[in-house]
Amino acid sequence: MSSQEQVQKDHSAGGGEPPVDPPEAVQGQINTQNVDSILDEIDGVLETNAEEFVRNFVQKGGQ
Amino acid sequence: MLSVHRVMGSETEFGLSQPGNPRANPMRDSARVVDAYAGPRGLRSSQNFWDFATESPLADARGFFMNIADADSSQLTHVPAEDVEAQYLANVVTENGARYYVDHAHPEYSSPEVLTPRDLVAYDRAGDLVALASVRALEKSGEPVNLYKNNTDSKGSSYGTHENYLVDRGVDFDDIVAGLIPFFVTRQILCGSGRVGIGREGESAGFQISSRADFFEAEVGLETTLRRPIVNTRDEPHADPAKYRRLHVIIGDATMAEPATLVRFGSTSLVLGLIEAGLAPRLELADPLQALWDVSHDLDLAAELPLSDGSTMTALQVQEAYYSACAQHAGDDEDTASVLAEWRRFLDGLAEDPRSLADSIDWVAKWVLLESYREREGIDWDHPKLALVDVQYHDVRPEKGLFHKLEQAGRIRRLTTDAEVEAAVTAAPEGTRAYLRSLAITRFSADLVAASWDSLVLNAGDFGVVRLPMSEPLKGTRALLEDRLSGIETSAGLLEALGVDRLKTKND
Repeated sequence: MSSQEQVQKDHSAGGGEPPVDPPEAVQGQINTQNVDSILDEIDGVLETNAEEFVRNFVQKGGQ
Repeated sequence: MLSVHRVMGSETEFGLSQPGNPRANPMRDSARVVDAYAGPRGLRSSQNFWDFATESPLADARGFFMNIADADSSQLTHVPAEDVEAQYLANVVTENGARYYVDHAHPEYSSPEVLTPRDLVAYDRAGDLVALASVRALEKSGEPVNLYKNNTDSKGSSYGTHENYLVDRGVDFDDIVAGLIPFFVTRQILCGSGRVGIGREGESAGFQISSRADFFEAEVGLETTLRRPIVNTRDEPHADPAKYRRLHVIIGDATMAEPATLVRFGSTSLVLGLIEAGLAPRLELADPLQALWDVSHDLDLAAELPLSDGSTMTALQVQEAYYSACAQHAGDDEDTASVLAEWRRFLDGLAEDPRSLADSIDWVAKWVLLESYREREGIDWDHPKLALVDVQYHDVRPEKGLFHKLEQAGRIRRLTTDAEVEAAVTAAPEGTRAYLRSLAITRFSADLVAASWDSLVLNAGDFGVVRLPMSEPLKGTRALLEDRLSGIETSAGLLEALGVDRLKTKND
């Protein structure tokens, strides 16, 4: 396991946010404004070293 | 009357990475991914389990065969057993009748055949759960693998998300090409997945609508791994070749948002109906490839695309022409009406303000997210954090994937339920031969020697080893088989129930 992953695990184990249940009925209550509030949540799950992750994400070509 | 009802299926090649080990062999890891799913479920995994007898990747729909000596090895679907790569060619038929296997250097989920775009959404997404199950199984190993439902590493490589549609063989292939090219060039505004970086290697900073557009280099052709064409001519129907074509669409992006997947398959099925009926709009782009790239790079949706007659149209106008023709000739079945309503909603939203569709279309959802980051952190398009957001949007893990985070927060519309998608992982679609394939895997697996889209090979007692063709995609359905096969537990019993007679030698 990489240190990146380990850090992430520790982060969530240390009182991170509880899993969000999907809403029962999504239609009609869509919030496309106020994206800012979701940024904080996403910050919590983004791989910590963006540069290293992106450099290492190398794929072979496919179809 | 046009309907969205048609035999169709999706293929997803997943990007993969072993955290902390960028040098890991992707073919080995792809095989580990497939085997990690198959093992605990008792599903067999080997190249020999797939029946390649009817595969013909070098047959061209324009009426000729490519010489095998002229083909790139990546065009072949069957690797010779002595090839060192053959050891990694895992091949599994899953309980729902899908195929899960190693395609080149990626694990691929090919959905079972379904009849409606709505079912396609469920069975395509079931594949994401299959991939997730692999990731979970490997998390406990010393070499975990993460999977991404995306199409490029932005370092020059692309891998596909394909669509398959059963089409009437009677339609002239030139009409299919002419009718599809303007539609495919502009369809990306409805169902592009978005991409950070312009150019195959992301040479220029910025954001574009399609993750695949920059990798296309031809209008029509047989190849899928190089010189990729807008219309692919692979003529491998996986069905009775006298009656059917399988249109193999390689130009689509991996959509995560369910409304975008619905419109991707639904609009295309309707446009194929238009072409079959001779009703497709008469539009001809002067330079389809340039138009494809221009549309992808134009977030304002304002680019004027030159037509062969000297006039110009925007991507939205081309889509309006196709939508109008489909709406005018459409029947009133519920599935068709719901696709047309979503397609209409997309076109209206894109014309008014694309950002209004951040809850429905991946490229918009990703774009709005990226712009928010750019603004908050004061970073430019070449910042690695934005490239990370682009990749991580497609992570199949719900606790890591940014699409999943947005959807969980109620920011993306959803058509299915968790329970429906989970059921689709193990239960086959009922209205196609996938139902029989699934039965063979779940009830007759002890006797099943091999399987494919259009065949089952059974070791059936007194019958010997029998190859059962399934060249009619609409036979082998639950309605035709459930009662007839009730209580039958052996493959010999299956063959008898299907009316297969053993050839007897006459001695007199």
